[in-house]
Amino acid sequence: MRLQQNTLLALYSALEFASRPERQLSAAEIAARYRASPHHLAKVLRKLRRAGLLQAARGVGGGYRFTGNAKRVTLMDVVELFEKVGAARPGPRAGRREEEKALDEVLAEVDQIAKATFRSITLDTMLKLIARRARRGRGA
Amino acid sequence: MHLKKVVRGVRRSDLVQVVAIDALITGLAKPAYWAGILRRYGGRQKQRYFLVAEGKDGVQGYVVGEVRDWEFGSPPCGWVFGIGVRPQARLGGIGAQLLEAVCERFRRAGVGRVRTLLARDATVILAFFRSQGMMAAPFIPLEKELD
Repeated sequence: MRLQQNTLLALYSALEFASRPERQLSAAEIAARYRASPHHLAKVLRKLRRAGLLQAARGVGGGYRFTGNAKRVTLMDVVELFEKVGAARPGPRAGRREEEKALDEVLAEVDQIAKATFRSITLDTMLKLIARRARRGRGA
Repeated sequence: MHLKKVVRGVRRSDLVQVVAIDALITGLAKPAYWAGILRRYGGRQKQRYFLVAEGKDGVQGYVVGEVRDWEFGSPPCGWVFGIGVRPQARLGGIGAQLLEAVCERFRRAGVGRVRTLLARDATVILAFFRSQGMMAAPFIPLEKELD
């Protein structure tokens, strides 16, 4: 499963902000961390702000801070802002062969599993996963 | 608010409350099913656990699990197949306490892994297990209609 670059940047950003909700970060700071263009990232952050996950911070430096509920916001909530997981595949609906329909059924199964996974993981759970991985890394 | 509940083995007298909690969650009271679970998992059954969390207002939640050995070649692991918390007592850490209690019993039984199986659309309970560090297992559940 592959997510679009915008979606990945939105997820990284949401996790950065949610990890320290009191802190304000600029698009440039996050862009540098994830090797993205600041202009591109600014567009992603504006979308997260419109969704109520971020608030533009006033004062020196500007930037944003997290205003969502990390225990409630799921990966799917962020992903869906940028792309449709399991969108119907283009192509004619009528006159399709059984092979095409059967393959669609299998692909739909894959999509449903992906959606269920994204819906079951909150930002808070992701932050715990990141912390566990960091602890394991330090212990290795 | 996180108030620590007492987690202990189920007693026959708890069953009415367990049935009621399950009915609140699923919308269906299943007293005969729970009586069977009590018979098979209550008491001191080897590698089988039926625990409840008790607060000042009675039973607030339950968990049922067992150690399963070598299913399709899988080494022994802990298996949780039922967990429920009274809806008004949620977000107080009772589910986490119950899960940890049954996991502790699995550890004592010598297993180092716990698994469960959930419906894809059971978002709340899926999110709960995820929040407790559970990840997708290397298995795919399969089914078919029996003709």
